Amino acid sequence: MIHRFEIAVRRGLRDARGEHVARGVREFLRLPVGSVRTRDVYHLDAEISAGEAAAILVELADPVLQAGAVGRLDDGPFDVAISVAFKPGVADPVGKSALVAIEDTLGRDLGAGAAVYTSVVYLLDGVRRDAARTIAYDLLANAVIQDVAIATWDEWRAAAPSLAVPRIVDGPPPPVRTVDLSGDAAQLERLSREGLLALSLEEMETIRDHFASEPRRRRLGLPAAPTDVELECLAQTWSEHCKHKIFNAAIDYREGDGPPERIDSLFASYIERPTREIDAELRAAHGASWLVSVFHDNAGVVAFDDHVHLVYKVETHNSPSALDPYGGAITGIVGVNRDPFGTGRGADLLANVWGYCFASPFTRGALPRGLLHPKRVRDGVHRGVIDGGNQSGVPYGRGWEIFDSRYLGKPLVFCGTVGALPVTIAGSPGAEKAALPGDAVVMVGGRIGADGIHGATFSSAALDEASPAQAVQIGDPITQKMTFDFLLEARDRGLYNAITDNGAGGLSSSVGEMARGPGGARLDLAAAPLKYAGLAAWEIFLSEAQERMTLAVPADRLPAFLELAARRDVEATVLGEFTDDGWLEVAYGGDTVALLAMDFLHEGDPGLRLAARWDPPRFSEPETRPTDHGRSLVDLMGRLNLASNERQARHYDHEVKGLTVVKPWVGAGADVPAEATVFLARHGSLRGYVLSEGVNPFYSDLDTYAMAAAVVDEAVRRQLCAGARYDRIAALDNFCWPDPVRSQHTPDGEYKLAQLVRACRGLYDACRAYGVPLISGKDSMKNDAVMDGVKISVPPTLLVSALGQIDDVRRAVTLDFKAPGDALFVLGTTGADTGGSEYFRYLGERDGLAPADGGPAPYVGSRAPAVDLERTPALYRRLAAAIASGWVRSAAAPAKGGLAAALARAALAGRLGAELDLDAVAGGRELATDELLFAESTGRFVITVAAADAAACERHFAGHACRRVGEVTAQPRLALRRGAGEQVVVALAALETSFKEGLAHA
Amino acid sequence: MLEPGLAALRGLPADELARRRARVRVLVLTGLGLNCEAETAEAFRRVGARPDLVHLLDLLGGHAEHPLASYHVVAFAGGFGFGDHLGAGAVYANKIRFRLYDQLLEFIAGGGLALGICNGFQMMTRLGMVPGFDGDYRSPLATVAPNDRLGYWDCWIRLAADPLSPCVWTRGIETLELPTRHGEGKFLTATPEVMRRLEQDHQVALRYVDERGEPTERWPANPNGSPGGVAGVCDPTGRLFGLMPHPDAYLYPFQHPQWFRMRDAERPAEGGGLAIFRNGVDAAALAQGG
Repeated sequence: MIHRFEIAVRRGLRDARGEHVARGVREFLRLPVGSVRTRDVYHLDAEISAGEAAAILVELADPVLQAGAVGRLDDGPFDVAISVAFKPGVADPVGKSALVAIEDTLGRDLGAGAAVYTSVVYLLDGVRRDAARTIAYDLLANAVIQDVAIATWDEWRAAAPSLAVPRIVDGPPPPVRTVDLSGDAAQLERLSREGLLALSLEEMETIRDHFASEPRRRRLGLPAAPTDVELECLAQTWSEHCKHKIFNAAIDYREGDGPPERIDSLFASYIERPTREIDAELRAAHGASWLVSVFHDNAGVVAFDDHVHLVYKVETHNSPSALDPYGGAITGIVGVNRDPFGTGRGADLLANVWGYCFASPFTRGALPRGLLHPKRVRDGVHRGVIDGGNQSGVPYGRGWEIFDSRYLGKPLVFCGTVGALPVTIAGSPGAEKAALPGDAVVMVGGRIGADGIHGATFSSAALDEASPAQAVQIGDPITQKMTFDFLLEARDRGLYNAITDNGAGGLSSSVGEMARGPGGARLDLAAAPLKYAGLAAWEIFLSEAQERMTLAVPADRLPAFLELAARRDVEATVLGEFTDDGWLEVAYGGDTVALLAMDFLHEGDPGLRLAARWDPPRFSEPETRPTDHGRSLVDLMGRLNLASNERQARHYDHEVKGLTVVKPWVGAGADVPAEATVFLARHGSLRGYVLSEGVNPFYSDLDTYAMAAAVVDEAVRRQLCAGARYDRIAALDNFCWPDPVRSQHTPDGEYKLAQLVRACRGLYDACRAYGVPLISGKDSMKNDAVMDGVKISVPPTLLVSALGQIDDVRRAVTLDFKAPGDALFVLGTTGADTGGSEYFRYLGERDGLAPADGGPAPYVGSRAPAVDLERTPALYRRLAAAIASGWVRSAAAPAKGGLAAALARAALAGRLGAELDLDAVAGGRELATDELLFAESTGRFVITVAAADAAACERHFAGHACRRVGEVTAQPRLALRRGAGEQVVVALAALETSFKEGLAHA
Repeated sequence: MLEPGLAALRGLPADELARRRARVRVLVLTGLGLNCEAETAEAFRRVGARPDLVHLLDLLGGHAEHPLASYHVVAFAGGFGFGDHLGAGAVYANKIRFRLYDQLLEFIAGGGLALGICNGFQMMTRLGMVPGFDGDYRSPLATVAPNDRLGYWDCWIRLAADPLSPCVWTRGIETLELPTRHGEGKFLTATPEVMRRLEQDHQVALRYVDERGEPTERWPANPNGSPGGVAGVCDPTGRLFGLMPHPDAYLYPFQHPQWFRMRDAERPAEGGGLAIFRNGVDAAALAQGG
């Protein structure tokens, strides 16, 4: 029986949630609304007495703050009630916790069928039904995951309170099917497309031929065609998402009409190679390397101190975030936590990072059907990241946003996690894990539902209006936290041999991967705990239901493992065992439903052969450029890509764990983003790690080689500004590309693939030059959306996330100016690098230009900043040495917005001004004033030192590009002059207003 | 001025003081969504006490190594017990109320101390451990409501302690800077009478203050809109204390947000948050006698 409980804030007290909604209606939807009140509704599906219902109500409602009723609260009237409830099958973590509270209150278990379904009712005044629909669908609910009911006051009053719950109606599970692959090419392609398999014709044919010729199947009486379990498992394992087929493809690359050049695997040639080479050099020079584990585990591992290694992984969760921003993002952040947690035998989580690429939240006008407004995407994504991160108790270390109209179709949502892996766990190296034959296959954590079916194959295809809702999951950080708390205890007691996460592909992926070590596994899907009955065998195998880890537990420790799980209220289920017979054998209630040769599963994919062709693009430059540079600087600081997102960022904790040192917001007012952040990795040590990143998709429009080198350079420079050692910087690469495979839908695939090749080469060259190994990475290669027949592709986006180390965190440096009279130096060389600059896009907007359909924002210009990889490393080493000696008082890395923006940030953060001679910056080069101010030349720093140390500073950097250009002043302004001539004077107050207001009302 | 007993304790030779402090046993609750247990335990360790991390389910299920009664201090660490799904700390507090509360009340009656930080303060309030008028620790007379500016917020704030408060945890503290990190921190009482009594009896041990040191209700100096700037509240004995800000996130001097701007002479010698933990441990040490 269903019991309804309604809870609301007492009359007379503030309903902050209602006020927040009212503000959203007025400011975002621009609709009039009176007051908004809200109610939480809990539908309990269980057999309880009336007395028990009353007891439950007492516990559900806060006695001081809230009023509640069994049934309906009596506090009308209102104009319209909007009820928002989850669709069947969507995770409802609040309902789960409510059931715990109810059972505690009653002191009894309500049985396996008991559940609580939550919903929210919004009671609005001053709104009519038609406006209520808009409010419901454009602000409150997401139709992909939620159902909406709208009632006027009269309708509400007349009807009995709704007792409808989104219960999944259990049915018998569909039988396992054999998939007939005997059809022709067109039929095979249709099968792949309609089944969301994302397999190519060649792959379908390879699978068909393999199964037809497999002798062992016949001996076991299995059909000569694959079962749906097998086909789905192969599609998943061979998906672009998991197999990185494009990065492993054989590519014929040519520049213009030049001769083709063969590249066998971008991954091996440009991603893995610098790391291998750096590792070899370290071993040759020092007899040891600080790279502990790279590429083969869930995250990269580097040495840190005698107690812990550092683990780092960054992932993207783009497609799910486009459909359901909140659910997609919370799943992204909670999901990436499982990567370090599933690395080695399990790392403690230290910090998260987030970064987003969105279209402008101020986007006006009609959107293609099927797309959410970028403001909703932005708000929802960030809310998901906040809830996921805060509830997991993992602080954030870095947070950034990039805005470009081409992210309208697919937002990019980057989430990453740093972990600390004990050097030794239960007497053996913590980075080592190996499932052994005979170990039990144990699944731990949440239960399996239909959520996230086809996530991996779905993200390997373009988004369209028909994209499946079941691909959406909603992460549940609390379930995962409880699971992790238990597993950390099990880890330290040495109760398991190996651990990995259930991400894309669910069990098929986790067990399939883990079985590579021992050489096989046998499991029975009927043993898997389900959220509800009725799932097909292949769905159980592939479900991406969250918060689950898979472990290899040796038989002698299995009882202790299961006993501890039970004590911690965490579900752990033995699904089978690891074997060494070379087969992944899957049963379902005794019948074998899949028999896959391990080598075919992992090596059977035929691979891709692709063509790439590079023709340098041409873009326009501004014909005339303004001379009111002060205004330009003020305007630039308020542009979306430079403005402060502090108001958003501070909703996410950056200090939980008590290890944060240089926080994401620094300076006298703690209101300017740090160049890099610094954390302790454990209590009781002064050694720290440093987080920074480089990302600049705008340079991709001109040349992805320059883009990639520039983002590595930016990430490294930010590290050094904070005081990181030069020789301990590792990095992660995350590629988010538009589909680079030429096809009917992607006629420009060869160019996009050439962009990928060039980006990889830039990445390789820069990593080699700086000695920065790539320790982990991820690619997401189908970031296109086709909506209303319009294709929108993201600009090629490479995020380089750097993880550095600092011997003593007290030696860290921040970017803010410290004291009047300090001498100001610019390190590095400024050139006319205006291509792809924020300044040029600003000029385009000032000239009233808009991007062409799907194109970049004008002006793009003609020359992206190059990195002088010959000269910069020596300069960077000198800077690292200077900071380590303690006399550098501030350090900033000019990037977007150029030198002027860096000066503005350092001044704003220090609440101090500066006087500076731009001719000294030019150092004799012929440069226009706006180039000196706003060019985004790489390889530069702005540093300050005490006046008394200025001469020593000049000596320290002798032979390098180092110029003393001015000094820090007490006057709250930037005074930038060219010798005795032109002066640009800008008040800090104007800069601050622009910087803080640019995104404040987004 | 410190009270004579505390002053005498701190005047003991270093090794004797360390021995007295090391006898103080602290139970730090963990599990079910709490997440500040490591830094809370570290804080107690740094001031010389012996903390144990104990999972709530072990305490409820009788699996804990030592009984609750063998501890001198119980710390309710910060976090998101059960995700704060039914309101801050509600489900976690509910578990304690129905399955542990008799033991906890005995612990209090036996002179035990308790510290609740953030989520822990929310739980103590929900349970009725504070205000705890007249020895009644079962009646929740206050709540910690959603911030006026909706949503979680992380920023550093300035606090002032009430010198007349019976609170043993804030002894000797005049002002203190700490981070606050919460979405539900607005302290409301069931009736104005409850608030009057709290004020009158100096149970509001800590308040958010503005630049002039005056209690404030204005954002961002007061991040949640708490009336009168209430940031921390104790029971009438002063032994049970809960606060929204996080002393556990200021264990090292270089965690102060201005540390990298300070000259050497201005830099604090230790993390400001430690004073609170040291006070609690010393009060527990005094209660045990020599």
